[in-house]
Amino acid sequence: MNCEQLQEILVAYLDIKATPAERRQVEAHLAECAACRGRAEEFQLLWGVLDELPAVPPSAAFSAAVRARVAQEPRRASFWNWVRPSPRLAFAGTALVVLSLWLSSSVPPARQQVATAQQGSEAEFRMIKDLPVLEDYDVLADFDALSDLSAPPQAGSELERPQM
Amino acid sequence: MARSDVQLMLDVKAGDDSSFELLLRKYRTPLVNFLYRMVRDTATAEDLAQEVFLRVYRARKDYAPSAKFTTWMFRIATNLALNSRRDGRYRQLEVSIDQPAELEDGAPAFEVPDRQPGIEHQLIARDRADTIRRAVESLPEKQRAAVLLHKYQEMDYDEIAGILQCSESALKSLLFRAYETLRVELASLVETRRAESQPKTQSRRGEMRS
Repeated sequence: MNCEQLQEILVAYLDIKATPAERRQVEAHLAECAACRGRAEEFQLLWGVLDELPAVPPSAAFSAAVRARVAQEPRRASFWNWVRPSPRLAFAGTALVVLSLWLSSSVPPARQQVATAQQGSEAEFRMIKDLPVLEDYDVLADFDALSDLSAPPQAGSELERPQM
Repeated sequence: MARSDVQLMLDVKAGDDSSFELLLRKYRTPLVNFLYRMVRDTATAEDLAQEVFLRVYRARKDYAPSAKFTTWMFRIATNLALNSRRDGRYRQLEVSIDQPAELEDGAPAFEVPDRQPGIEHQLIARDRADTIRRAVESLPEKQRAAVLLHKYQEMDYDEIAGILQCSESALKSLLFRAYETLRVELASLVETRRAESQPKTQSRRGEMRS
């Protein structure tokens, strides 16, 4: 191991977090390199110096400010909130029911008109459909030649039987 | 048995706001400290710390314990701090030794060792703390974040690498460069510390010999 390779392991070695193999390599290098040995020692002294930096606790108002901001956040609806409708929802539901009742009370005449119109148009359609038959009936009813014909044979007569 | 941070967060997700209160109490001080040293201003640090807690709370519905809670929370904090500095929204104040008059945890603003009580020692301690703070704050952003998380939050390498989104190998090199810079910048304090520690070591050796 050289000085450059030591750089990546030195901090872990001083933290006592190096693997046994790494520790052996570092100790072998430190035993022969006075510069790295001095640096390792000064790193440990430096960490002691850095401990002198005091902590800065939060101000007295900090937690209250966090709580106030969190309180403004929308809450997830609980089961009972889900079951119990909100006043706004209740008002909307009531308004919907009232509107439905009002509409249902005013709908029948309109529906009847529509139904009557539908029935009328269906009768007219049937009459138009049967119009040729009606016309033929009028023609046949007034056709004089038909009256000269003999009466039609009775059902079951010989004439109607197919010849075998 | 104390619940883990992940369990507390899952309880928050289930609608238990008292678990969020526990997380707030546990992490308000480390978070404000970290952000203060990142952005160099107490008010900005507290604003950002509030934002971190708010984002944690907002994310509760989609929270899935895929990483350590602290990794997730400090990643939010680091990104907010870096964005805040880049946007220039933080107040670039000269580092002040004035601390908040009233502190939430009731701790003194400066924890001065009691070995040499007195105003003179307090002034020396403040001067040293000021020098250290300036040196840490002059580090490049990523190196500073790495040192704050390693030295002051005592996080493991994998967690810091997760927060800074780099490999563990890259993190160890980053830490080495940061500490090497600080070793040079704070050489006088390091030497003072060496001098302070040597008599004790010698006396201890003397005690062991006798």
